[in-house]
Amino acid sequence: MLGRLFAMIVKELLAILRDPRARIILIVPPTVQLVVLGLATTLEVKNVDIGIFDRDGGAWSREFSERLAGSPNFREIRPIHSAGAMRRAIDNQEVLAVVVFGQGFSGDIAAGRPAEVQLILDGRRSNAAQIVSGYIFAIAEGLSGELGSGTGLTSSITTHWFNPNLDYLWFTMPGLLVVITTVLGLGLTAQTVARERELGTFDQLMVSPLRVPEILVGKMVPPVLVGFFDATLYVIIIPAIFGVPLRGSVPLLYLSLLFYLLALVGVGMLVSSIAQTQQQAFLGMFLVAVPAILLSGYASPVDNMPGWLQIVAQGNPSKHFLVVSEGIFLKAMPPGDVLANTWPLGLIAVVTLAASAILFRARME
Amino acid sequence: MTAALARLEGVIRRFARPAVTALDGVSLDILPGRMTGLVGPDGAGKTTLIRLLAGLLDPDQGRVEVLGAPATRSDRAALGYMPQRFGLYEDLSVIENLTLHAELRGLPLAELDARLAELLDFTDLARFKPRLAGRLSGGMKQKLGLACAMVRAPKLLLLDEPGVGVDPVSRRELWAMVAELASSGIGVLWSTAYLDEAERCDTVHLLHEGKLLHSGPPADLTDTVRGRTFRLFAGAGARRALLERALDRDDVTDGTIQGASLRLVLAPEAKPPDAEALGRDIPLEVRPVPPRFEDAFVDRLGGGPPGTSALAVYYRDIPENDAPAIAAEGLTRRFGDFTAAHDISFSVARGQIFGLLGPNGAGKSTTFKMLCGLLTPSEGSGRVAGHDLRTARAEARQSLGYMAQKFSLYGDLSVRQNLDFFSGVYGLRGQARRAAIERVTDIFRLGSYLSTNAGLMPLGYKQRLALACAVMHEPPVLFLDEPTSGVDPIVRREFWTHINGLVGKGVTVLVTTHFMDEAEYCDRIALIYRSEQIATGTPDSLKDDAARMSELKDPTLEDAFIALIEASDRAREAAA
Repeated sequence: MLGRLFAMIVKELLAILRDPRARIILIVPPTVQLVVLGLATTLEVKNVDIGIFDRDGGAWSREFSERLAGSPNFREIRPIHSAGAMRRAIDNQEVLAVVVFGQGFSGDIAAGRPAEVQLILDGRRSNAAQIVSGYIFAIAEGLSGELGSGTGLTSSITTHWFNPNLDYLWFTMPGLLVVITTVLGLGLTAQTVARERELGTFDQLMVSPLRVPEILVGKMVPPVLVGFFDATLYVIIIPAIFGVPLRGSVPLLYLSLLFYLLALVGVGMLVSSIAQTQQQAFLGMFLVAVPAILLSGYASPVDNMPGWLQIVAQGNPSKHFLVVSEGIFLKAMPPGDVLANTWPLGLIAVVTLAASAILFRARME
Repeated sequence: MTAALARLEGVIRRFARPAVTALDGVSLDILPGRMTGLVGPDGAGKTTLIRLLAGLLDPDQGRVEVLGAPATRSDRAALGYMPQRFGLYEDLSVIENLTLHAELRGLPLAELDARLAELLDFTDLARFKPRLAGRLSGGMKQKLGLACAMVRAPKLLLLDEPGVGVDPVSRRELWAMVAELASSGIGVLWSTAYLDEAERCDTVHLLHEGKLLHSGPPADLTDTVRGRTFRLFAGAGARRALLERALDRDDVTDGTIQGASLRLVLAPEAKPPDAEALGRDIPLEVRPVPPRFEDAFVDRLGGGPPGTSALAVYYRDIPENDAPAIAAEGLTRRFGDFTAAHDISFSVARGQIFGLLGPNGAGKSTTFKMLCGLLTPSEGSGRVAGHDLRTARAEARQSLGYMAQKFSLYGDLSVRQNLDFFSGVYGLRGQARRAAIERVTDIFRLGSYLSTNAGLMPLGYKQRLALACAVMHEPPVLFLDEPTSGVDPIVRREFWTHINGLVGKGVTVLVTTHFMDEAEYCDRIALIYRSEQIATGTPDSLKDDAARMSELKDPTLEDAFIALIEASDRAREAAA
């Protein structure tokens, strides 16, 4: 029994690692992806142009404009002189936003009355627009804060827990660990059974004394090992190079990672068992990987999805592990919470692996 | 004398990896209106020669002329080329494949419909127009491939082993089709491992290690062994032991089993061995027989392998057992409303060879798969070495060795890694495992390939490795699914030497094959046709049945095969 299993594991490892190019593929692309995707999926908005339609022309509107011009997030501040010009500038995407000062702006401030600023944003670029509005609000608040209580304006001070400087890398890096591991884990397993079926070697396995659980375990071990290897690279690179803190327990992260990889292997194996050909398996992998990433909460929070979709997302292993990854990196997630997000992974693994074991045989008949 | 359609002059072609001289000074002509045969063992250079003629390769030295121009610049429209694995699109239908090839080869649109109708009629594929090419049987695929290659009515047709994996009935039809083309004035080059086909060619070129050993009418070569071919009748029980002893003698260059008798080719000037020389106390009946092309072929290549199987020498003795080693009881398998195999029953005693024969798609693979546990029977039961396939699947699998139809080991692992894997999977460990690997490496001469990827070896070596992986754990039962498909006669003899040797040790063998001369090695045969078991018996009794039905005198097993199938067709039509 152990001898058979061992032979199976060695064979599967060789299948992945024998080719020197394959060995490089397991190390270089995931690292490059982490770096490139990390830099590419920036959530900061830099280099945007904004317009200022100053119908006030007073001291305070100029003060506000200069503060906008001093912000590193904006590349150019364009003066705009008419409502028509403002419309054109936004239509042609020359500017992302226009700040409009009404005629009484400086006068209101001088008189101690609440003053109003109008902000017009390009809704076509909603994400960037939201972020820019946040920047402009921050500047407005800064200004009103300095005007002091005498003006009647209140000021608020915001503190961001777990990511005080709102550095986007702190958010994207633990997420990328999940995303890249997902693609890798599914990619390594989705082909295994389909490939053997196509080459005829699967029959050879099925007539050997190997039992289905042995075949299954043999095929699970290599992707799990490779997954651990790449995740370890990330656990080193992310804090060391990108300066993202690793506040929580590394053993807990690995425990959860183990179940995550098993769940991924289960899903990948299911895809592979259903597929008749390698091509189907390849397409099937994308059919699973893309929704898994989009429903994980990496790009948009699961809480913002429609209710039924939130239920669907519970079956997505990436959704659970993303919580663990971000939690352990940024906030030292306590063991109870880690386990609460890990047991669903175990459940997904058991269900998918059992289903693929049944399909192993059923697809041959 | 007519001008040659194609001509090779002193052609040398080398390959860098692996470093071989595939063709070494070959000159030959292909004439119109004739069937030109190209035969030789695997790796002799047959495919290289055909690829040179098709203009896919350049010769290193010498000249290749096709239709009056260098092969690489010849008129492709007048050339039909069918490679070993013809590029049919399996997800397209028969008619779509034909139309696609017609368009690719620039058949004028005005001629399209008429030409396709003609080809469909010629190949008898008209009924299957809408069927996907992937769903066709092996024989029909080859016919479709041939139709695609002929879509522009070529002057020269190059066929690279068109008969591989095709059953005797389809093979005869394919041959008849091509022979008809040749008689209409087309030049045909037919490369083959089936020597009965070579025998029927007008001219045969025998290639060996890149050199042309014989060129001319096949009868010229056959005549070289005239007077040296004999049949020995000794009774069915002793034939395997007798063959082993006969082949071990220096004065016997080749020998095969033919039903209950042996067929021997003797060295020049040698006398047939008597009973005493073969260790028998009863006298043998010796009868001279006319030589066949295959006898001369093997003789020309230096004779077959010796009779003693090195593999069998080391193999354990399978204990005597009264229970059948393989038993099928009413095996039936349905896929939806299609019955792939119906009520198949037979039993094979220890130390016997049982053959499953039948046309492609008749149900023999389904039967085979049910018995080795790959398919669950819809009805009936099967037992292997006393283990029921339903209740003791794992035990049954431990006691069988399996060799699949096409190469199905791990092509991207090395030979050594394949041996390691299969020995481990069959539960060999430690010293026993190392010894088993060393032994098969030695016996099958795999030593120089140990670190080569299994997929890169020549076909004959792949098949040797497959057999090695199947027997390392010394199972009492062997399942061989067309084990010698596509390999040359020399390697096939080596295989059968091993199989005969193992059977002598008590191993039971279930085999499927399309080679009728191999079916002669079987103790008993079941002929499966249209999902039914239409005949079961010894090769000789099937021949007798066929002789009674068709009034043929001394029919070959192939004649019997065809006669039995035709009788079954008649019976079904009468019933309908």
